[in-house]
Amino acid sequence: MRNLLAVRGLTKKFGDFTAVDGIDFSVSRGEVLGFLGPNGAGKTTAMRMVTGFLPPSSGTVSVGEFDVKTHPIEVKRRVGYLPEGAPLYDDMTPQELLTFAADVRNIERSSRKTAIESAAERINIGHVMHQPIGTLSKGYKRRVGIAQAILHDPDVLILDEPTDGLDPNQKHEVRNLINEMSADKVIVISTHILEEVDVVCSRAIVIASGKIVADGKPRDLEAQSVFHNAVSLRLKAVSDDLLSRLGSLPGVEKTETSEIGNGEFSVTIFPGSGATILGSVSDFLKASEVIPEQIHVERGRMDEVFRRITTNSAR
Amino acid sequence: MGTSLAICRRELRAYFTTPLAYVFIVIFVAMNGATAFFFGGLFERGQADMTSLFSMLPWLYLFLIPAVAMRLWAEERKSGTLELLMTLPVSTFSAVLGKFLAAWVFSGIALSLTFPVWVTVNWLGDPDNGIIVASYLGGFLMAGSYLAIGGFVSALTKNQVIAFVVGAAVIFLFMMSSLDLILAAFRGWAPVLLVEIVQSLSFLVHYDSIVRGVIDLRDLVFYFSIIGVFLFANVVVVDHKRGA
Repeated sequence: MRNLLAVRGLTKKFGDFTAVDGIDFSVSRGEVLGFLGPNGAGKTTAMRMVTGFLPPSSGTVSVGEFDVKTHPIEVKRRVGYLPEGAPLYDDMTPQELLTFAADVRNIERSSRKTAIESAAERINIGHVMHQPIGTLSKGYKRRVGIAQAILHDPDVLILDEPTDGLDPNQKHEVRNLINEMSADKVIVISTHILEEVDVVCSRAIVIASGKIVADGKPRDLEAQSVFHNAVSLRLKAVSDDLLSRLGSLPGVEKTETSEIGNGEFSVTIFPGSGATILGSVSDFLKASEVIPEQIHVERGRMDEVFRRITTNSAR
Repeated sequence: MGTSLAICRRELRAYFTTPLAYVFIVIFVAMNGATAFFFGGLFERGQADMTSLFSMLPWLYLFLIPAVAMRLWAEERKSGTLELLMTLPVSTFSAVLGKFLAAWVFSGIALSLTFPVWVTVNWLGDPDNGIIVASYLGGFLMAGSYLAIGGFVSALTKNQVIAFVVGAAVIFLFMMSSLDLILAAFRGWAPVLLVEIVQSLSFLVHYDSIVRGVIDLRDLVFYFSIIGVFLFANVVVVDHKRGA
């Protein structure tokens, strides 16, 4: 499938400081790209260049056949954007704001009402449409910002921290909405909530100090974790003998133990190079008549991978 | 053009949904009345005309117009809505034009609300209404050129107070440019031509001739040039500030 959004060598310098340093990626329809990175990594600056708010120092961004530098208006027509912090005109009501956006986006008068109503309904802000935005809670403001971004059913939807400030139910709704819309769009969301990547993204890019340090499916990222395929046990009692025998099982590299309260211990058994060790661990437990309270295989821990790849490159 | 109008409508509504519009209009009309009657001596002069009002107008505008213009860009920059606005399919020029038009229409509404004075002089005597119409036009054009300057200054800062003070100062320099206060600074070194150019930039000189009832094409060109130049500068500043 053709790439709807293509970014080549995108760079932004503020004086001597390079905020975004030659990033390349392209996204095709149906993909939900998670843009991850620690605060200050350059996520927001990159999104501002993609949406045409900031001119790049070098590099190109194109949406379909249009380059953001030469055809900014055409690009902006096809893009829906929730800026960081969801800045909105506080003195307007959501109804007025959406009408203004529809007006500027040249949505035909005949379909304007339906477009506004459907955006409001999808993001569930119908009952606050006539309250000044300045009086709304953070969660509602964020959702009004999202309504503004999806109003014109854009091909490319760019959301900078869409679930920041939402409660768990609202987060769930927004993630559902993103999943629903993803089929025929390019969606890019930036976030530092790692669980979100698992739930909504089909692909994740990790950015640190302005550079892309990882690009792949969330599962592939998790597979890079030292926890990938590790087996965790919860035990009533632990002896040094048990641990050393666990540690010498075939394929096992090391074990880690910690006390988790109530007299229980958590033991994590790490395999060398992601090998599958559940079989040998459970056989061993059966043979030595140890009954664990709980046993599970780790898929890998995103936060650990995230920390490792983003701190390495920052040094 | 369509997007300019959409922005103009939004801005106009923004004036009227905050107390700013009402405070401004009440103070503007009250001060116009007060200056016309007390300082201008509307009654004492014993003449049925509005000269007393229109001669004070440039001075009222000197600090009231920057108050209208100061929020145009500084507020958007401060609250971050500039990012929302400039990622909608809007060219910088349409945004600048839309905002300027809204401020101009707003100040036009305020100016038109001085009509009771017009009614009064017509009731008391037999004024030359042609001169009064020309004066309103002159006042409106002056408001436009002050607003273009104020909008440009507003785009330079996040701080509305700075936008107000600097805007008023720049307008003051333009007003005074026909007086020795400014010209003396140029006479020592600048060629005569430059001194004459500076002198010709004075708002007051061009305004005076319109208020006398003479609508000279050169005066109209002057006001529209000032508006054009500062709107252009405004576009440059908005684009440049985003790039930095």
